[in-house]
Amino acid sequence: MSNFSSIAFYLPELLLVLTILAVIVVDLIPGLKRFNWIIALAGIIFTGILLYGDYGVSESLYMGTIAADPFAHYFKWIFLIAGFFTILVSRHTHSLRDADLPEYNALLLIVVFGLFLMASATNLVTVYLGIETVSLPSYILAGILKNDRKSNEASLKYVIFGAFSSGLMIYGFSWLYGLTGSMSLSGIQQGLAGVQEPLALYMAILLVLAGFGYKISMVPFHFWTPDVYEGSPTPVTGFLSVAPKAAGFAVLMRFFYSVFTTGSMTPVAGVDWLTLIALLSAVTMTFGNLIALQQDNVKRMLAFSSIAHAGYMLMALSILSPDAIRAVMIYLTMYLFMNMGAFFMVIFAENQLDAHTVEDWKGLGRKAPFLGALTVILMMSLTGLPPSAGFVGKLYLFAVVIAGKKFYWLAIVGVLNSVVSLFYYFRIVKAMWLFNPADTKPVKAGGVITLSILLFTIPALLLGIYWTPIINLIDKSIGF
Amino acid sequence: MSSHILSLLIFIPAAGALLMLIGHRFISSNGNSEDSGKTAVFHKWIAVIFTGLQLFLSIWLWVNYVPGGGIQYQEHHAWIQSFNIEYFLGVDGLSLPLIVLTALLSFIGVVSSWNIKKSVLGYFSLLLLLDTAMMGVFCSLDFFLFYVFWELMLLPMYFLIGIWGGPQRMYAAIKFFLYTLLGSVLMLLAMLALYFYTEPHTFNLIAMIQSGAAIRDTFWGMDIRMLIFVALFIGFAIKVPIVPFHTWLPLAHVEAPTAVSVILAGVLLKMGTYGLLRINYPLLPDQVYIFAWSIALLGVINIIWGALNAIAQIDLKKMVAYSSVSHMGYVLLGMAAVVSTSAAGSQAGINGAVMQMFNHGTITAMLFLLVGIIYEKVHHRYIFFPKDYKDPALAGKLAFGGLAGQLPVYSGFVALAFFAGLGLPALSGFISEAMCFIGGFSIFRTLTIIGTLGILLNAIYFLRSYMHIFLGPVSNAYEGLKDMNGRELLTIVPLAIIVIALGVYPRLMLDVISPTMNSLIKLVQDMALMVGIN
Repeated sequence: MSNFSSIAFYLPELLLVLTILAVIVVDLIPGLKRFNWIIALAGIIFTGILLYGDYGVSESLYMGTIAADPFAHYFKWIFLIAGFFTILVSRHTHSLRDADLPEYNALLLIVVFGLFLMASATNLVTVYLGIETVSLPSYILAGILKNDRKSNEASLKYVIFGAFSSGLMIYGFSWLYGLTGSMSLSGIQQGLAGVQEPLALYMAILLVLAGFGYKISMVPFHFWTPDVYEGSPTPVTGFLSVAPKAAGFAVLMRFFYSVFTTGSMTPVAGVDWLTLIALLSAVTMTFGNLIALQQDNVKRMLAFSSIAHAGYMLMALSILSPDAIRAVMIYLTMYLFMNMGAFFMVIFAENQLDAHTVEDWKGLGRKAPFLGALTVILMMSLTGLPPSAGFVGKLYLFAVVIAGKKFYWLAIVGVLNSVVSLFYYFRIVKAMWLFNPADTKPVKAGGVITLSILLFTIPALLLGIYWTPIINLIDKSIGF
Repeated sequence: MSSHILSLLIFIPAAGALLMLIGHRFISSNGNSEDSGKTAVFHKWIAVIFTGLQLFLSIWLWVNYVPGGGIQYQEHHAWIQSFNIEYFLGVDGLSLPLIVLTALLSFIGVVSSWNIKKSVLGYFSLLLLLDTAMMGVFCSLDFFLFYVFWELMLLPMYFLIGIWGGPQRMYAAIKFFLYTLLGSVLMLLAMLALYFYTEPHTFNLIAMIQSGAAIRDTFWGMDIRMLIFVALFIGFAIKVPIVPFHTWLPLAHVEAPTAVSVILAGVLLKMGTYGLLRINYPLLPDQVYIFAWSIALLGVINIIWGALNAIAQIDLKKMVAYSSVSHMGYVLLGMAAVVSTSAAGSQAGINGAVMQMFNHGTITAMLFLLVGIIYEKVHHRYIFFPKDYKDPALAGKLAFGGLAGQLPVYSGFVALAFFAGLGLPALSGFISEAMCFIGGFSIFRTLTIIGTLGILLNAIYFLRSYMHIFLGPVSNAYEGLKDMNGRELLTIVPLAIIVIALGVYPRLMLDVISPTMNSLIKLVQDMALMVGIN
């Protein structure tokens, strides 16, 4: 589709850009400064309305560089929900009180825009642009607490690792371009059909995987994750652990299924990247879980566990089938609710008790029973115990592996990892409920954060009991 | 009502728990979470009423159940269509005794927890949630539903042990959780494998019996049927628990509060053997033939190992816990006899196994309740004080003595429970143990002969501990102990009646279970022939 007629299908993104500009401009007008977060939230809501209008559209925009398809559409909802609640909760995060909120909101919106681009990119250039549009503001967001050493460290580490991975990825892109002479994903796929050098192709796949692996924090490109997650302000951590990871998976799936897969669902040119993904998946989840076991800092623990969750999702991608894409999308949906809910709970604990380690959470369940009960559900969901959303997500992932009848060993590694994860997730539950509070300092539940936790816990439980609507929606969203 | 009776059975306790949570807000005057006396009474009565109602319904079910009438009171609804998951309930001769047992022990568990002080709301609502999950396991005929209930049990159990347990409760709770989760995730994989190998894909356990026979594949040179069987078997073995997967059990039992021990030993352990009979046996009958000898061997190991460990214990509760390990061994031995070539042998074995599941549930519940009663009175339950006891004057000494004179009623019931435990004729344990041995003997002669040693070993620790506690010179340490009160009698007497009634007239139970179990035997033997083993 030509550039001009594409605009009609690009309205959500355009509105996001307008919102970003509005937030920046409003910041300059003294009287209106305090409304910037309302503008940001309203911008997201209206973007959502426009996005809703695009439901079912399947078009190739801007001369084939961007796709407005059901697949991207589904992911955009994940980004919007994550972005909306991050902005909302950030206003009530005590550690962010001194940060420059207008700047912060604008940066977050830019990230959301970049995520939109990542999910819908169908050209090497737009893929790269999308990833960088997400990465650059993320570096600043991680370091937005200017006087906090850990935040600064997080930012710097993020930049260095991000730049390194991007470099590898773009080098891989150049191999692909050199092999096929095309920049568009479909063009590369056609070009690769005639490629006789599997080694060159293998090289390209490895390099590209490095870039995507960094975004989803796959071992061995995960080194930034724990420090960045620990150092960033907690709402940013929650956001980074969900939205860019989802986008990373979106672009990974689109890329691998439309470039490195032939039409008959076999890996291109006999390059067995499926076994590679299976191995990486096993290593990623095992590493994430084993290190998470040793963490005392709750944020750091959740950071390592998010590496493990990436490993679980990679597990499904070791089987080439539409069911694998479906399973990852289901898991990401469940993960959005349970993981962000858990991070909201971390914000609550930090606000109320200045709690950072598991030790600090002791007796929290007794002090705030309602939130304590919600946290149990969230932890149950993250572990993958039924009836919870996390279980349903894992069920679909394991179902793909078992139905593939190829990597049974991977399924066994996966379930053993789930058992390991129980231990550290329930350390939090244990601290909250099995110990008596150290002091009688009252804890105030209520307000926006409590409401957000509730809003994220309800789906984390209900989607574990009845998930047909989500499945139906995802089944309609698998087409690239 | 009759068609929804199983749903009612499952969800009545959950409704009770919900009512507690809602009622708490209205009754507690200041709206805070701490319990006042008023709310505590409210929660206790809600728990009694709802478990009582469930017990009543389960008895109604027993009375109205038609033996030999196949699967009855079925409920069948689609749940998740895209995954062919159904809400499928039903009851047959295998599940009926366990349903009644669950309802009975839940009720007794609630009554016996009357003196709980810490977070009454949490305790009783979790107990009721546990009740719902257990009932769900026994009523489900859809593997997925079965699995959900199976896992749902873990969470309340974790909290019940972890919050209301003894000194090592946190370690015991997480150990229980990790062990059982390890088993159930393997079960999850086996479940998915069964789903994808059956055509059409289904979780329906009844439909799988037919389509499961067609599963044929190998993976890395191993028969896929064997892999599925082993994965399921480990999952269930951890629950039974079969040695060497048993180490969570003594710890969990010792740390858990009395009512939780009762439910743990009385109901949860049965789920392992129930799962084997419900899923492994009909779905993979040829593998049953392959593994029958191993199951019998494991059963005998359980009998001997559990009994030897029980002999070594100085803590009464730990002794009872190990006696459970031993008694579950009889069930395994009886189950293995399904492959017996003599019809009488296989029928005795399988029917004996199911009956032993029920009988052990009632007997061990009595034992744990009685241990709990003495613990409440004297705040310890040592037969001998340990060598490193806090009071060095008492270390290594006999803890009780001559209690029979002081507590005649109590010691009478303990005698009954101990004799039932060691298999005295005319008490229920004797019948089922004998049947298991008869079944086992018809095919595994040597193993069964070794297994019978277990009866002797069981007698050693039961009789010896009875002697140390109730007979001999009167210890002066416990002046003025009161005998059992009405509430305690209410928990013990129904179990005692059942133990005696089934010991004198076992047909009460056998008539209900044998049509189902005999058809299971026929199914296993026929299918195994069809699949090509034997």
